[in-house]
Amino acid sequence: MKADQKLDCVGLYCPLPIVKTAAKFKEMKVGEVLEVTADDKGIKLDMPAWAKSTGHELLGIEEKGGEYKVYVKKIH
Amino acid sequence: MDDTKNKLTMVVFSGELDRALAAFIIATTAASMGMEVTMFFTFWGLNIIKKNEGSLHGKGWMRKMLNMMNRGGTKRLAMSKLNMMGMGTSMMKKMMKQNKMYSLDEFIALAKESGVKMIACTTTCGLMGLEDADFRPEVLTSAGAAFFLGEAKESFTTLFI
Repeated sequence: MKADQKLDCVGLYCPLPIVKTAAKFKEMKVGEVLEVTADDKGIKLDMPAWAKSTGHELLGIEEKGGEYKVYVKKIH
Repeated sequence: MDDTKNKLTMVVFSGELDRALAAFIIATTAASMGMEVTMFFTFWGLNIIKKNEGSLHGKGWMRKMLNMMNRGGTKRLAMSKLNMMGMGTSMMKKMMKQNKMYSLDEFIALAKESGVKMIACTTTCGLMGLEDADFRPEVLTSAGAAFFLGEAKESFTTLFI
C-alpha cells in the first residue's frame, strides 16, 4: 500500500504507537496516508479503535514476520 | 438531559507506581484519542504529583511527621506488589527502560503536553497540610468533590484507580 508518511514504532509497547500516531496526525494534511510499523500485536485492535473514535480511516493492516504495517488516512 | 461528552474523568486514590502508571497510560491514550481528560488526585494519589525535591509544607507536628513518612514524589513510589524493600521496584524500572517504555515522569510530561487536566483534592491537601507549592508544575489547580462530580457527570467514562 502507498503511504505519504511513515512512522517506525518497532520495539514500542502500548500506548506509545497510538500516542505517536496521534502526534504525527497533527502534522499531516487531510487526505494523507500514514504507514505505522509496529511489532506490538496490540496494534491490531488498538489502531482500529483509535481510528474509529477519532474519525480517521483505517485502510488496512499487513502482517509479515511478526511486524505489522498499519495504514491510516487522515480524514479531517 | 444528556450532557455527556467524549470525556474521561479519573479519581486517582492510590499512590503506588504500578497503579500510577496504569492511570497515566489510560489518560495519555484517551487524550490521543481526542478525549478531554481530567485526573483528580486524592489521598495517597497525591504522592504521585508531589515534587521530588525539597521538603513539604504542613503545620503542626502531626502533619510534619506525616509528610516526612509519606514524602511522595515519583522517585519514591513503590509497587503495590513485590516491592521487596525497593529492589522489585528498581528492577521493574530497569525492565521498563529495556522495553523502551516511558517512565512515570515522562508520562506525566506527556499528559500535560496533551492537555490532561491534573487536579489535587483540596480536602486531602488541607488534611495533610499540603499546599499548591508542594506539587509538580504540571498540576493545574486544586478543587473539591463537587468539581470532580461536575466533570464526571459530563464524562462517558469515569474510573477510580
